[in-house]
Amino acid sequence: MASEAVIHVERLCKQYETAAGAVPVLRDVNLTIAPGEFVAVMGPSGSGKSTFMNILGCLDTPTSGSYVLNGKDVGTLDTDQLAQLRNEVIGFVFQGFNLLPRANLEDNVALPLVYRGVTKTARTAQALEMLEKVGLKGYGNSMSNQISGGQQQRAAIARALVNRPRLILADEPTGNLDTATSREIMHLFTRLNKEDGITIVLVTHEHDIAAYAKRLVQFVDGRVVHDGAVTHLEEAPA
Amino acid sequence: MMGPMLAEAWHGMSANRLRTFLTMLGMVIGVGAVILMLAIGRGAQFQVDQSIASMGSNLFIILSGSSTAGGVRLGGGAAPTLTLGDAQAIAELPSLAAVAPTVPGGAQIVYGQNNWGTQVLGTTPSYLEVRDWHIEAGYPFTDSDVRSATRVALIGQTVAKNLFGEEEPVGKTIRIKQSPYLVIGVLAAKGQSLDGRDQDDTILVPVTTAQRKLFGTQFQGTVRFIMAQATAPEAMAGAERAINQLLRQRHHLQEGTDSDFTVRNLTAVANTAAETARIMSLMLGAIASISLVVGGIGIMNIMLVSVTERTREIGIRMAVGARQRDILLQFLLEAIIISVVGCLVGVILGVGGAVLANKITGTAVVITLSSVVMAFLVAAGVGVFFGFYPANKAARLKPIDALRYQ
Ligand SMILES: Nc1ncnc2c1ncn2[C@@H]1O[C@H](COP(=O)(O)OP(=O)(O)OP(=O)(O)O)[C@@H](O)[C@H]1O
Ligand SMILES: [Mg+2]
Repeated sequence: MASEAVIHVERLCKQYETAAGAVPVLRDVNLTIAPGEFVAVMGPSGSGKSTFMNILGCLDTPTSGSYVLNGKDVGTLDTDQLAQLRNEVIGFVFQGFNLLPRANLEDNVALPLVYRGVTKTARTAQALEMLEKVGLKGYGNSMSNQISGGQQQRAAIARALVNRPRLILADEPTGNLDTATSREIMHLFTRLNKEDGITIVLVTHEHDIAAYAKRLVQFVDGRVVHDGAVTHLEEAPA
Repeated sequence: MMGPMLAEAWHGMSANRLRTFLTMLGMVIGVGAVILMLAIGRGAQFQVDQSIASMGSNLFIILSGSSTAGGVRLGGGAAPTLTLGDAQAIAELPSLAAVAPTVPGGAQIVYGQNNWGTQVLGTTPSYLEVRDWHIEAGYPFTDSDVRSATRVALIGQTVAKNLFGEEEPVGKTIRIKQSPYLVIGVLAAKGQSLDGRDQDDTILVPVTTAQRKLFGTQFQGTVRFIMAQATAPEAMAGAERAINQLLRQRHHLQEGTDSDFTVRNLTAVANTAAETARIMSLMLGAIASISLVVGGIGIMNIMLVSVTERTREIGIRMAVGARQRDILLQFLLEAIIISVVGCLVGVILGVGGAVLANKITGTAVVITLSSVVMAFLVAAGVGVFFGFYPANKAARLKPIDALRYQ
């Protein structure tokens, strides 16, 4: 079972060295996520959700424990191989969008393709296709800092999708958006999960956002305190 | 990989035009200064070398009057002490190849309507040998001309141009101080002397003619100076001793008294001048190189600022799959483009400036392809060298640290 999982995390620990000493942020986290799952991660502020997502996204490294992504033990990979995973297997969506300023949407969406050595014409075609998929047809030439937050997040999702990843990791993707726009973004995720079978792990503070997912993982103080179907939501400690 | 990275680098540069321009300016000034300084330095060196070559080799000049710590005391009542006899005696020395006694003076020369003031040198046929001076047209005067003090003249290029223009001077008669002289030859061009005089602005006449008919020296048979050429560079030290010994003997000077003449090794003076020019050229180059290094440090500075300012961008690029070498290449390309474009503009400005300096002030400049290529390569190398550190710094950032920045 573990071998066919997209994500398999065992005894994962992360601690930050600060002036006051080592601060444990993740303590013995164990989690397995199968292909096609749609997982919401919740928990109080400071419980280690972002830290966990960054490790899953190969942006950060754990202090100890193992992380197997797509059958590969991430701990044994070098920086180039990690970059390749970020490029080809993972699409990361940030709360703050993280688009390149002073670049248009086409260039932003095509950025992962640049590092894959895709030709300019193919890059343009795929970027425009992805923009259309997220409902931004005709926005290729718009500058990333001259559109609404919802549109920026759609563009960021298009960028996450452009290399056709197996996994999308989203850290509070609707955190900066209003309710209506959040709902549209969640519809988009739901569609990607249903139609394209992309595995989605998403951090949120809002129950109605988490309700779009099928499975809920709750963090408190760097530990997984609840893991189950989303229907248990109302009884779960907030 | 290079193509898209070039585009990314270009994007980074055009996103901040003023900063890019200012950095380039540092490089432009550095390279421009190097090329200009090298051109001027080489020009000065070239001019000195030419003057030295035109002077003649293994040369002594023997002057009347004694040398003191302050230099040579000349004129001011000091009686000329050297004579034609002295010159003839020196000429017998085996270490000397040629000896030319010389009587210089200024005179107004007239040919037809044309009038030209110049220097007239009374000397012997050996003078041409000593100075390694050739005749371009006609013939030199001979020893028999010297013996009979004939009124014949060899004229320099400048004199020929000013008196005769397009006309053929040989065979014409000119007037020096009202007396007619037959032009029997035209000297080949010599160019500038070490002290910047036009050596072609001169007329040579037999020394006896100058003494008796032109300048009428108050002391019969004296000459102002004697030029002597040693047989070889190695013979110069011996020749100098021999000349001193012979002249002291001829002038009946007691042991321990000052000489009433001075022997100067012109070749040594010339070598000093050449060395000075070479050092000046080197120093100009060194000063200019400093500005090149400063330009390089400017690039490093800007690139470091750029890396800091764009840390988030680096994080974003890494998050979507940029490898360390992609980031390194992007920033390195930026540094290379800035320095190469800066270099090209610098080369244009440096060469243009050198040509302009030559046109406006007449400063001699020598621009060699090798100096331009060298300046270009060094500057481009400086750009890459100073660009590498910030580029590497950017590439080594951890993705999460870059993303979290600010
Ligand atoms: N670079 C760091 N150095 C030291 N401590 C850190 C660092 N990053 C995070 N932390 C600490 O780790 C803990 C977990 O942080 P994290 O960002 O993972 O929480 P979170 O669950 O995402 O919170 P939020 O819901 O507010 O986003 C916090 O207490 C935080 O102070
Ligand atoms: Mg967080």
